[in-house]
Amino acid sequence: MSTATDCSAAERWLQESAAAPTRDVPPTTVSSVPIEPLYTPESLNGFDPETDLGYPGQYPFTRGVHPTMYRSRLWTMRQFAGFGSPRQTNERFRFLLEKGQTGLSTAFDLPTLMGLDSDDPRSLGEVGRLGVAVDTLDDVQELFAGINLAEASVSMTINAPAFIIMAFFLANARNQGVDWRKLRGTIQNDILKEFHAQNEFVFPPEASVGLVADVIEFCTHHVPQWNTVSISGYHIREAGSTAAQELAFTLADGFHYVDVCLARGIDIDAFAPRLSFFFNAHNDVFEEVAKYRAARVLWAGMLRNKYGAQNENSWKLRFHAQTAGCSLQDKQPEVNLMRVAYQALAAVLGGCQSLHTNSMDETLALPSEHAATLSLRTQQVLAYETGVTNTVDPLGGSYFLEALTQQMQHEARAYFDQIENKGGMIAAIESGFFRREIAESAFTYQREIDAKRKIIVGVNVFQESDDKPLETLVIDAAVEKEKVENLRKLKARRDNSAVQRALETVKRAASAKQNVMPAVIDAADARCTVGEIMNALTDVFGRYDGAAKW
Amino acid sequence: MEPSSHPIRVVLAKVGLDGHDRGIKVVARALRDAGMEVIYAGLWQTPEAVVRTVGDEDADWLGLSILSGAHLTLVPRVLQLLSEAGLDQVGVLVGGIIPESDIPKLLDMGVARVFGPGTALPDIVAFLRERSQPSHA
Repeated sequence: MSTATDCSAAERWLQESAAAPTRDVPPTTVSSVPIEPLYTPESLNGFDPETDLGYPGQYPFTRGVHPTMYRSRLWTMRQFAGFGSPRQTNERFRFLLEKGQTGLSTAFDLPTLMGLDSDDPRSLGEVGRLGVAVDTLDDVQELFAGINLAEASVSMTINAPAFIIMAFFLANARNQGVDWRKLRGTIQNDILKEFHAQNEFVFPPEASVGLVADVIEFCTHHVPQWNTVSISGYHIREAGSTAAQELAFTLADGFHYVDVCLARGIDIDAFAPRLSFFFNAHNDVFEEVAKYRAARVLWAGMLRNKYGAQNENSWKLRFHAQTAGCSLQDKQPEVNLMRVAYQALAAVLGGCQSLHTNSMDETLALPSEHAATLSLRTQQVLAYETGVTNTVDPLGGSYFLEALTQQMQHEARAYFDQIENKGGMIAAIESGFFRREIAESAFTYQREIDAKRKIIVGVNVFQESDDKPLETLVIDAAVEKEKVENLRKLKARRDNSAVQRALETVKRAASAKQNVMPAVIDAADARCTVGEIMNALTDVFGRYDGAAKW
Repeated sequence: MEPSSHPIRVVLAKVGLDGHDRGIKVVARALRDAGMEVIYAGLWQTPEAVVRTVGDEDADWLGLSILSGAHLTLVPRVLQLLSEAGLDQVGVLVGGIIPESDIPKLLDMGVARVFGPGTALPDIVAFLRERSQPSHA
């Protein structure tokens, strides 16, 4: 029962806070959401702890997908790595494992990401610069040499040619004598976000999504421990979206993949448990934690209530997180160490299953060994020294966090409605809806910075005039020459009529709307290149240019 | 009477395989808001296609965005083709991820300015206004 004393405490606070000075910088989240000075029980709209909070490991998983989270097992420390030749990347993999990382994550170069071979004219100057150059099965073999694929967890970040790299990976595993049922890992294989944000698409949307579904379907039957997609918000955020857009567009992409797989007749409880997610970990700690929690609740709700999945594992949103690349600065780069640390904290407070922390020099180049070590140590300090792993969902119950978590869900639902009103995912893509939303947010954000309504240390305040340059990684131009020469030799020694037959088989499968994976695995063994397989399918699907302009 | 100045015409493009277009689109918007005429040529442009666009559009400036590290291959090629097409008077700007040590090389080649990450949009607008001449036939 409220008393006169209770009322006057609240009233007093209202008076005092109204009279208190406010700083110049508007108190909004990174996404420009206004934040109240204080959150109280009254801030929570119909919040019922039993249904809205629940228990970790139980629907709706607000507090986490496992009952004890990091008390039982830490998140996987999985640093994205790759550059130059397969051999160089293999060395960096072993380096990182030696430094204590617990999972592998593969970065491919731009030609590979775009489905081009190292000797393609468009690859000139680009081979091995942003990741490892992979052209054939032999490269994948070299990439994972000395790594026990029956024990390691391997993630591969590739999208348009994901089905090819997956086929290479499976062919290599089989050749190494590894049972596919033992393989653990993830292939990003999320083409929808390419159309929204990252632009690493080749074929038109529907055909591209079909290839995504081919991987999901094939692995559901043959590689049961494999995460078949990493449905990504990271890139959407990097392109400039708000947190709510990142959340909404990612989940909408997930729903679309579910729709497509169901339309193929795959049982939801067979494939849904192996759909995984990938979110950005940006600067605003509470906004990010709310985002992750909202994601779990929204996904669980849809999978159970709309799609009728019965298996609890189908309802669980498991995610990898990466600290925000777009937040890194080239001025005073060592300050990035602090940004990454706070961002990693947000990801862990939000219950991620796997985490990559960026290196301080990544605005300038790919990580040096020194910077890569420090970024891994950031996770290790977080895991072992801060105590935040001692209990599940430590921020749960915070009025601020629960209010933000509710707000995020509300904003995401509004976007789901908008997408539906536009005629669904494909229609929305073709209308440019996602790209416009993201570009608008990106522009707003930059204007906020230019106007100092958002502060970036070292950039619009606290600048230094004599920034000392860091020593950064240099990619050896010889890598490109070497790869081109290797391809020439390979093409000379392989059975080129077998190659042609294999490519024809891939084409026939695609034209007949069959799952292309078996044919692509055979093509891998015949030493067909990434580019050759992509070209064979370009003949069937055509090339998509639609979303590439403003 | 002074010759009237037409709006500054800028072609913006991404050359090579790099598809990161957040920055270039934000710049395009800022230049348009500042009253300039912006032609965004899009992604995956070859140097040949970019130079053709610059000629066709009678551009005053060309802005290239490259985050892939391939700038020392692509920029010289574009500059060479501009020269061959008789478009030497077009000012060239470069943005993206360009290591400090490569900036002098680009400037020596003829790039007017390199705008790195963290550049404030008003600075790009101011630079273009300062350096642009009133129109001449």
